[in-house]
Amino acid sequence: MMNLTLKIWRQKDANDKGKIVDYPVSGISPDMSFLEMLDVLNQELIEKGEEPVAFDHDCREGICGTCSLYINGRAHGPQTKITACQLHMRSFKDGDTIYIEPWRAKAFPVIKDLIVDRSSFDRIQQAGGFISVNTSGNTQDANAIPIEKEHADKAFDAATCIGCGACVASCKNSSAMLFVSAKVSQFALLPQGRVEATDRVLNMVKQMDEEGFGNCTNTGACEVECPKGISLENIARMNREYLAASLKG
Amino acid sequence: MSILDSKIPEGPLADKWTKHKNEINLVNPANKRLIDVIIVGTGLAGGSAAATLAELGYNVKAFCFQDSPRRAHSIAAQGGINAAKNYQGDGDSTYRLFYDTVKGGDYRSREANVYRLAEVSTNIIDQCVAQGVPFAREYGGLLDNRSFGGVLVSRTFYAKGQTGQQLLLGAYAAMNRQIGRGKIKMYTRHEMLDVVIVDGKARGIIARNLVTGEIERHSAHAVVLGTGGYGNAFYLSTYAMGSNVTAAWKAHKRGAFFANPCYTQIHPTCIPVSGDHQSKLTLMSESLRNDGRIWVPKHKKDVEAIRNGSLKPTDIAEEDRDYYLERRYPAFGNLVPRDVASRAAKERCDAGYGVNKTGEAVYLDFASAIERYGKEQAYVKGLDVNDKKVVTELGKKVVENKYGNLFQMYEKIVDQNPYETPMMIYPAVHYTMGGLWVDYNLMTTVPGLYAIGEANFSDHGANRLGASALMQGLADGYFVLPYTIGDYLAHDIRTGTIPTDTKEFDEAEQNVRETISKLINNKGSKSVDYFHKRLGKIMWNKCGMARNEKELKEAIKEIAELREEFYKDVFIPGTENEYNEELAKAGRVADFLELGELFAKDALERNESAGGHFREEYQTESGEALRVKEYQYVSAWEYKGQPSEAIHHKEPLEYENIEVKERSYK
Repeated sequence: MMNLTLKIWRQKDANDKGKIVDYPVSGISPDMSFLEMLDVLNQELIEKGEEPVAFDHDCREGICGTCSLYINGRAHGPQTKITACQLHMRSFKDGDTIYIEPWRAKAFPVIKDLIVDRSSFDRIQQAGGFISVNTSGNTQDANAIPIEKEHADKAFDAATCIGCGACVASCKNSSAMLFVSAKVSQFALLPQGRVEATDRVLNMVKQMDEEGFGNCTNTGACEVECPKGISLENIARMNREYLAASLKG
Repeated sequence: MSILDSKIPEGPLADKWTKHKNEINLVNPANKRLIDVIIVGTGLAGGSAAATLAELGYNVKAFCFQDSPRRAHSIAAQGGINAAKNYQGDGDSTYRLFYDTVKGGDYRSREANVYRLAEVSTNIIDQCVAQGVPFAREYGGLLDNRSFGGVLVSRTFYAKGQTGQQLLLGAYAAMNRQIGRGKIKMYTRHEMLDVVIVDGKARGIIARNLVTGEIERHSAHAVVLGTGGYGNAFYLSTYAMGSNVTAAWKAHKRGAFFANPCYTQIHPTCIPVSGDHQSKLTLMSESLRNDGRIWVPKHKKDVEAIRNGSLKPTDIAEEDRDYYLERRYPAFGNLVPRDVASRAAKERCDAGYGVNKTGEAVYLDFASAIERYGKEQAYVKGLDVNDKKVVTELGKKVVENKYGNLFQMYEKIVDQNPYETPMMIYPAVHYTMGGLWVDYNLMTTVPGLYAIGEANFSDHGANRLGASALMQGLADGYFVLPYTIGDYLAHDIRTGTIPTDTKEFDEAEQNVRETISKLINNKGSKSVDYFHKRLGKIMWNKCGMARNEKELKEAIKEIAELREEFYKDVFIPGTENEYNEELAKAGRVADFLELGELFAKDALERNESAGGHFREEYQTESGEALRVKEYQYVSAWEYKGQPSEAIHHKEPLEYENIEVKERSYK
């Protein structure tokens, strides 16, 4: 069992200035997940009549992309290729001090405590992150166009992005290039997606810029911290797509 | 004569859906612009319905409690989606998918609905590929398939271990296209807290903005619930933390009958509970049973040695292992349906053969798959098939390719390497087959109120087969509801916008405000989780994998008492006019406390065993579920104030195209 000191960002709402508050927690088992450790803290706060720490979470198995904690200066904490909900307390030791903050980015305003508003990601997808086919079911047979396994696999790898925003939080420029390029790449690699490739990349990048995300300076922090291991190759691919589209358009 | 009219079309089974589509009313494109539809929930069912209705021209308002529609819990589905494509040429057909599903559901589902599901299943795959869903492919560039439990063909399409996410992102993309065009107005971080009924028809909802706490009125000509299942009544489950029954339960209170609440799926392969702190359980995909073999030691002395750490599972010789599924069910082996596999695991653990400290775990072992694949690869590559090291390395690569992300997930949680030592697994609550009663058109007993996907009861009977939830969600949303809802809305082309400044909206809003005010002003001393955990314990111990009359009666009493205690002693910090997760949770747990009682009551009424509902009093000599002919009906419960007063209605089930037999997987 471990005793820890938590230093947690508390902010009442979007207009509040916010500050770090210290909380001691004890009796933490190494088998607990990081979020279960926060549950323990919150139950204690509620029992004392205090407001629990608000944080986003839902599936708790690393796929919904809801949890978004900046732990000791790293998105989703010290381990790689996992989300905060998959992080277990065995990664820490008795007596540790742990800083817990929200994602920090202009395009992700804080809603409360550790919760941020990531609707900018939705708006980027609305600008072009789709293939314009109606859902009538009257499409051609699924096996009508064979797709090279290598391309299908790469498209899948890009599509594994869970939209958590760790890439933005980790980037010194708060750039969303890894996120946007993953979606652009998924479609660019598939024949179904090629049809609208030009407009898609132009529209999505335009929306990304309007949302206030920063630029990419190729430091690669996003790739390191991405819980799904989305590759920087996607950014290179998007840049090629964007260049080609700009020349065409 | 039942008051429940399932509205199943006349004619031969295979022609019903086509004939129905030809005969129902249509709404002309210009008139669709005059009609509003509310969709609550944006998972596979709600998301696909929202996109399709907007494409058709209706004005859609969609609601989800998550921060984005992409996060609905459909995203967590791992293994795959069934479709009767017969790409493998292994004898699959619409009829066979229909047959497997009815048999898998232990002859407690509606024939016509299931046949339609099997019929449209092939369209789903075509549609998803057109949307850019990156399904797994073979080297020739065509789509790959695998097998799931309870069937003898390979009809499951997949995208590694995250088929749910890829299909949901497909529906989400289709929604985004319509949001961008202004045809869907999306309300995220909103929770539906009541349905508004005007002149007997569903005409709107009351929703709470979870960020600001504001109570909002939204009107429409029809309301669709795609709000998922209620497995979180058990507290511990594979559901997301936010998954809840509230929308469905509020609809129930407004007149929608609740069908078969006791039909719950307990999934056999989940990571076992590790301690009291546990907040949720993690599924290990059924696809693992394609290659993993389930066993416990044959001898108690080995069980003891494993528990005290003096023996490792890999030390136990082949002849000292009990591959109990292969032993009991030679025809289907490790791929028996979920209910059968779960009960078999419970049987071994109850008999004292559980392999972890709590005695509630069995092994899922990949050693023989690694060896088999390794030998195949060694042969292909011209290497020595007798070199164990080479074979193991090659085999691990194949297994990693197929299940890598699941193995990684397991290792992160349990801190053991499943390539080296067998996984430990135990059953956990995973899905609910019960839900709001709907007719063939997916309409509930409230006109204009529809339920789709897991929120309804219609297709899976008493047990759902693997990879069929995704199929049903998308079938309902893309291909069924968009037709059937038109038949109803055709009568509303001259209605005009539904006003929200009416007494019906006043009453519903008042009702919501009073409920919230009662909770937030309660001067209790215990947290919401305290009550939720206690409810979960009652549900798991007395309404779980095995049920009996005595314990069900106890459960009914205990849940009613717990509900009373909840209202007396729950404490919710903060106010109602802000982001307040405890308040949202309190409302959901309050509804689980009512549903839980109805659940136990339904289980008590059903004096038989069927699928996931296993009554200890009704079993064969070999311990299999014993169905009782006179219970061949759907139970639909009508709300009358308290769960104890709910009125029981029956919809008889008739099987004209399938012979009702003993469900055997031997």
